[in-house]
Amino acid sequence: MDELLRDFLTETHESIDVVDVELVRFEQDPNNAKILNNIFRLVHTIKGTCGFLNLPRLEALTHAAEALMGKFRDGARVTGEAVTLILATIDRVKTLLDQLERNESEPAGDDRDLIAELERVAAAIPVPGAARQPDESAIDELERAFRDTPGPRYQSGTQPAAPSAASAAEPPENSGEREDERADSKIANQSIRVHVDTLEYLMTMVSELVLTRNQLLDIGRRHEDSEFKAPLQRLSNVTAELQDGVMKTRMQPIGNAWQKLPRIVRDLSAELRKPIEFEMQGAETELDRQVLDLIKDPLIHMVRNSADHGLEMPAERRAAGKPERGTIRLAAWHEGGHIIVEVSDDGRGLDTARIKSIAIARGLVSEAEAEKMSESQIQKFIFAPGFSTASKVTSISGRGVGMDVVRANMDQIGGVIDVKSVLGQGTSFTIKIPLTLAIVSALIVQCAGDRFAIPQLAVVELVRVRSNSEHRIERIKDAAVLRLRNKLLPLVHLGSLLKISEGAEGEVENGFIVVTQVGSQTFGIMVDAVFHTEEIVVKPMSGRLRHIQMFCGNTILGDGSVIMIIDPNGIAQELVGTVSSRLVADTETDRHADDGMVESMLLFRAGSPQPKAVPLSLVTRLEEIDPRSIETTNDRQVVQYRGQLMPLVPVNDEVRLKSSGAQPLLVFSDDGRSMALVVDEIVDIVEERLDIELASAKAGVLGCAVIKGQATEVIDVAHYLPLAFEDWLHWRHHPTGASPRQVLLVDDAPFFRNMLAPVLKAAGYIVTPATSVDEALALLHGNRRFDAVVTDIEMPGRDGFELASAVRANPRTANLPIIGLSSLVSAEAIERGRQVGLHDYVAKFDRQGLIAALKEQTADLDRAA
Amino acid sequence: MTESVENVIEYVTATVGGQLFGLPISRVQDVFVPDRLTRVPLAPPEIAGLLNLRGRIVTAIDMRRRLCLDAVTDGSPRMAIGVECRGESYGLLIDAIGEVLKVPVSSREDNPVNLDPGLARVSAGVHRLDGRLLVVLDVDRVLEVAPRARAA
Repeated sequence: MDELLRDFLTETHESIDVVDVELVRFEQDPNNAKILNNIFRLVHTIKGTCGFLNLPRLEALTHAAEALMGKFRDGARVTGEAVTLILATIDRVKTLLDQLERNESEPAGDDRDLIAELERVAAAIPVPGAARQPDESAIDELERAFRDTPGPRYQSGTQPAAPSAASAAEPPENSGEREDERADSKIANQSIRVHVDTLEYLMTMVSELVLTRNQLLDIGRRHEDSEFKAPLQRLSNVTAELQDGVMKTRMQPIGNAWQKLPRIVRDLSAELRKPIEFEMQGAETELDRQVLDLIKDPLIHMVRNSADHGLEMPAERRAAGKPERGTIRLAAWHEGGHIIVEVSDDGRGLDTARIKSIAIARGLVSEAEAEKMSESQIQKFIFAPGFSTASKVTSISGRGVGMDVVRANMDQIGGVIDVKSVLGQGTSFTIKIPLTLAIVSALIVQCAGDRFAIPQLAVVELVRVRSNSEHRIERIKDAAVLRLRNKLLPLVHLGSLLKISEGAEGEVENGFIVVTQVGSQTFGIMVDAVFHTEEIVVKPMSGRLRHIQMFCGNTILGDGSVIMIIDPNGIAQELVGTVSSRLVADTETDRHADDGMVESMLLFRAGSPQPKAVPLSLVTRLEEIDPRSIETTNDRQVVQYRGQLMPLVPVNDEVRLKSSGAQPLLVFSDDGRSMALVVDEIVDIVEERLDIELASAKAGVLGCAVIKGQATEVIDVAHYLPLAFEDWLHWRHHPTGASPRQVLLVDDAPFFRNMLAPVLKAAGYIVTPATSVDEALALLHGNRRFDAVVTDIEMPGRDGFELASAVRANPRTANLPIIGLSSLVSAEAIERGRQVGLHDYVAKFDRQGLIAALKEQTADLDRAA
Repeated sequence: MTESVENVIEYVTATVGGQLFGLPISRVQDVFVPDRLTRVPLAPPEIAGLLNLRGRIVTAIDMRRRLCLDAVTDGSPRMAIGVECRGESYGLLIDAIGEVLKVPVSSREDNPVNLDPGLARVSAGVHRLDGRLLVVLDVDRVLEVAPRARAA
């Protein structure tokens, strides 16, 4: 292609994009002379160059558009119709340019239609003559600006077309403008145009250099006192700096990906008849151009979505008390090694109920599961494949290609997308993307003799497991889990996932777990060994291997060997199929936010085929022991456990100790003492809303509940503890001879009343249960005297905070200690509790904490008395 | 010289499972001894692994498997022929490399109809040589290693 033509195309493409943006700005701010000046100059440049290069179609088009814009220069009022027409002209110019780029000549045909229209609109616009519009000074300025613009000078088409940068460099006389122009030209002179291929090549070469450097360092490590050491270190530093520098050349402001958006929003606004305010922040935030290319389309899609589905019609907005003009905000900023891009609107927000019903209808989730999910979990269904809530297909969006495509795009670049929405107030999508894709920090691990790289980005932490250590792999049927800070972490063995483990697969009792997070999903990858982290250059997988979703690329390590890079997204997808996603317990608060009663229950069998259950939070650990290690002393079965003798108690008389194989045990520990319940089989862990429907008179059974559609006995742990240690419930009995303390226990859930009452009784308190705040207040106002109140905070109707306020308000009970129980212990909740007069705040399952708090509060009472 | 230059094709020859094969010399980048193959889990069986050839990652294809011949059992050091396809490097693992042969175009015949289907898929014809037959490999078809029906 002709050098001149190529330059023209590159420059014009850029100018046209700017005109797009500027015109939309100009429409909103028609008196801004600077914007009009800018547009004019750009169109002039294009027109002038077209004449020079003999491109008659382009020249005619730009000339007609210029004539219309000239009317504005003469003070005509800017109309939406005129701007739409000019934008249409620019679209035509773009089409012509595309064809020009392909064929190196203008396509045949003419543009009479558009030109006629442009002329018609231009003729129809009345030009105010001497009677100028009120803001004369502004227009004077504008005129002067145009006079000073160098653009028209080569209008004739006979003069050589100077690139716009050069023309801008000519100093105009206008003083105000001159400053700006100077600044512009300074920047223009300081940058040069480099072909992308050149940069790509540089990047590849630097990648190779990094690899060679790594290789040398590796050799250097093996020869401790080599004279190469110092120069090698220097080489290493220079390489790192060079790498940084080359990376910088690939960085582009994210605004480049946004350029088209104001125009798109403007067109949408007209088409949908919704006035839309479009705000952009942080356009200067830089990121790798490869990443930039990949997020361009998703961003456009998201903005379209916001305009189409997010924002309401003006009438609807007015009715909701919002300004008629909806706002879409696009913001970008750096955070760590990432860029965060946020697209938010102040529209109607996501309709969680609708999403839920669609998710159920599409079979993405069962009704029962959906009931237990928090709002934010349900909202995430919009990222599920083929999910679209738009009830009718519009030309803008809702064609069944939706947020799932956006998510897929994000996954491809290791990005994470999230949504937050408040009904009636708006929706905001956030994307977290890595700055660059070419070089990443990765953790090198080993599995079945092979090494693999796991991108550091996804790695949360490393856990060392040993059969006898605190971190131990437990199994629920076939699913391996790790108990990590009171959460169950689903585990997947890398070897079995990749089908490379020989023989006894998954039998790694000694090894490492790479705790990995993908989106909201956290899981552990079991590996044999962990080496170190290394900066690796990601090379794409060969086309013949790209279908393997477990890998996202490969790389050459410092020692010259090739290794695969694990794709955490691929593993996460695979995992959903193998391990029940129920175990991927979202954050504790998430789970409890919408329903405090959902509890993890451990299901097991003992004596009968009917399942039994116990709250998982009460169980300290699950054990399997060799039955031969069970000893009998004093007619009791014990086993040596962590240097102590641990008594074994069968759940009921029907349970027989196994004679061979592995004997499953549920271990309960309290204050350094442990006992184990002997069961036949551990079945599952489920999260269920707990309603004990039938109380039981049977010793050791709290009652019967429906769990997973089956009647299940919920066992009473408090019953078994004294069977193991006769003194368990007495040894910390109230030490003084004082009369036992009276405690009022308020909880709407029978399960917790049943569970806590024995615990408190055992600690020496007399417990009176109440099922609601009203019942509790009635009891308090009656003749009974209470020493303390223990109340649940989250209750339907009046909650624990209200109870506390009411108790404080009554002079008779104003000094009564109140302890709040909650599954949700946050700083704000504690603060709120303190304000309404709670003496203490204890997590619901913290029995020791509760007893300690009670003891403290009633002791205060003693002193006060 | 009885044959004019246009009527001669140059082949790099190699033996796989006792059979002589020829690759058009224009397609061959280099010949090397494969070193330190990294196996690729979940890959099609024809893919022997990946290796580092002077800083490039090369996908090694086990030609015995590709041609449906018996897999190597003796573990003897093999050779590889480097080829390129759409910017990606591949190494065809062979038993032994032979000489470069100049063969008259006229000696080439279509695949015999009874040729093993595994071979016929990747063969672009057969040359009659003195006492031997040379099977011409169609490099592009050799590289069409189909991903196994998404065995997940």
